[in-house]
This record gives sequence, C-alpha cells and structure tokens, in this order.
Amino acid sequence: MTLVFTGICSHGPGITGRADLAPPELRDPFFAAYRAMRDALHAARPDAVIIVAAEHFANFFMNNMPSFAIGMADGYEGPIEDPDWLRIPHRRVRGDAALSQAIIAEVQQSVDVAYAEEWKFDHGIMVPLSFLDPDNKLTVIPANINCQGPPLAPLHRAWAFGEALRRAADAVPQRIALIATGGISHWPATPDSGRINEEWDREFLRRWAAGDKAALLDYTDAGTYAEAGQGGFEIRTLIAAAAAARGPGTVHFFTPIPIFSTGCFVATAEIA
Amino acid sequence: MSLYQLSKLLFELNRDTALQAEFTADAKAVTTRYDLSDEERGAVIDGDVGLLYVLGVNGQILMHFAAFRQIAWADYLQRMRDGVRIHGPVRAGIYAMTTGLDEKVAGV
Repeated sequence: MTLVFTGICSHGPGITGRADLAPPELRDPFFAAYRAMRDALHAARPDAVIIVAAEHFANFFMNNMPSFAIGMADGYEGPIEDPDWLRIPHRRVRGDAALSQAIIAEVQQSVDVAYAEEWKFDHGIMVPLSFLDPDNKLTVIPANINCQGPPLAPLHRAWAFGEALRRAADAVPQRIALIATGGISHWPATPDSGRINEEWDREFLRRWAAGDKAALLDYTDAGTYAEAGQGGFEIRTLIAAAAAARGPGTVHFFTPIPIFSTGCFVATAEIA
Repeated sequence: MSLYQLSKLLFELNRDTALQAEFTADAKAVTTRYDLSDEERGAVIDGDVGLLYVLGVNGQILMHFAAFRQIAWADYLQRMRDGVRIHGPVRAGIYAMTTGLDEKVAGV
C-alpha cells in the first residue's frame, strides 16, 4: 500500500551524548518536537520504517563504497560507538529480510542499489531511534546514501533514490514509513563543531517544505562545502525524503544548537 | 603517506570489538598489518588525535576513535586545535579547520 509517513530529523551524536551541556530552553523544545514526531510515526501504524541515513564509516568504507545501500537482514545492532559516550544503550533492532528483499528488487528497477545482510547502526540511526522508538518496537530497514567519502552521487540521483523507495513502499502490502536523517549545514567532528549557517539552513528547509525539486537539486557540492561544511553533503538524505513523499512539508522545529554541532530540526511531509 | 591505510585501520578498529581488545593489548602489533609511515604508526599507537587530524583522517572516523579512547568532547576538540598549532594545517581530506586556533564556536 502507499507510503504511510515521511519525516526528517537531525542525528548528531551530541544530541544524546552532550544533552546535559545544552541550554534547556533550546534542548527541551527540540526533544518535544522529536517526541511529537514519534507519536505521529506510531499513529501511522507502520509495519516497517525505512531509515535513510548518511552513515559515518560504520559499515561502508573506501575499499568498496556504495552510493546507495539497503539493509537486508532480520536484525541489526548498534550503536557502534561507545554507549557511554553516545549515552544510548546497545540494542538489537528487528529487521525483516524478506520485506527488504522485495523493496530492494523494486528499487533496482531504477537505481543500482547495494544490499547488505550485515549492518551496524551508528549515531546516524541510533540517535533518531532513541527518540522515535524508545521501546525498541519498530521493524527497521536501514538505507544509506554515501555522504562521507567523495566522489558522492549527484543530488539528482539522491532524488531518484527517493522516488525508487516510494515506488517500492507503494508496491509492497505492508505499511511503510520513511524517516530520513542528516545534517543541514554543519562542520562535524572538527574543531569547527558548533559552526552553523542558520540562513543557509532556513533556505534549505524552505525549499524542502515547498517540495521544490529544481531548487533542491540546484546546490553544488563545492557551494555546499563552502557555505554548509562537509556535513552539508548529508542533504542527500533529506532530498530523497522529499522525492519519496511528493507532498508539501511542515517544519515543526528548527533551532541552531551549537553544542549539538548542528542546526536541530524535525519536519514531516505529506504523502501525495 | 598512506592516508587510506591509516583510515582503514581506524575504520576497522572502530567497529570491531575483538580488534579493539587486541589493540588495547598490543597496539603496535595491530599497526604492523597496515602499510603505514612511521609518523602514522606513531600517531595511532600514541592515540595522537591532533596529528591524526592533521594527517587528514576523516573527522567521522576520528571522532569514533576518540570515543573508543574515552576522550571527552572538549578535550577531543582541543587536541585537534593543538595538532594544527603544532603540525600545521590539515594536509588532506575534506575536514580542514575553518575556525581560528583559539575560536570555540560551541563554547568548548
């Protein structure tokens, strides 16, 4: 049946790992927005949630780097990071290999996606899951777009990947939700951590909420690197979500929180 | 310079608890399996985050390595700044420093 939910959110490890260092007046409304998206996601009663992430060398490396990958296992584990550092306990997450296989087969009609029967989650998936599925009840299908090791797939291919995921979600009988997670502007894991280009972020979110394909694909990696940092390459995941949902989006929360190293946002899009 | 090999060592170390135990027991032995320069090997064995950053290790790999080494966030950021102060600008990769040596944009 048709895709039942689409949302996007931030995933920086500081969101959980350094939660106590953030000003409560910024942190608490952000966490509340995350919890509201959790309630909306569960209210959609998904049989499985595709999480489109921009993983950080938890599974994929430059020895054999896929532009696009989808997990195909009955279970996954995470986080790979020290659980005390991330402040998220290690957990095993339920997958559905048969459902993954059906989705991958449909995606392959238009995108040469890699599949992986092993997949370890890093903060990119674990931070959103810690908010969206605190009781570890959801069935998850991880998907990944290489946003870390250039050369990176062009943005129009990220859009095509999102379209393929939508087609696949619509083709299977299960109720499928989609969550995409990535940074907007940020300079993560460097001495610059905390630098955020708020104006750039607000303009990106405006384009995203409008579902404006031409404007979303108008960014160049050189321009993004200069204005939004290497973390800005992760807009690929958010672009894929816009392509999957097709409908207008609503930004429920956006605030730069420097100690989290990123502008923090929660948004959903209508399924059209 | 063999940044790829250096990065591969850290990538494998970050995700493999068995290799982490081996590394904790004998870091030098683990490094001999990779084609590293003396400078790179020394940086890994010493856990020299500042030098690893300057050598061009991707920040995402380096951040996970710092977590494995139990380096607190503020200390991790400062070690990178100190690395640039001592060794000069980042030599490769996409994680160059864009802020000043004494600038702390997030307050830490």
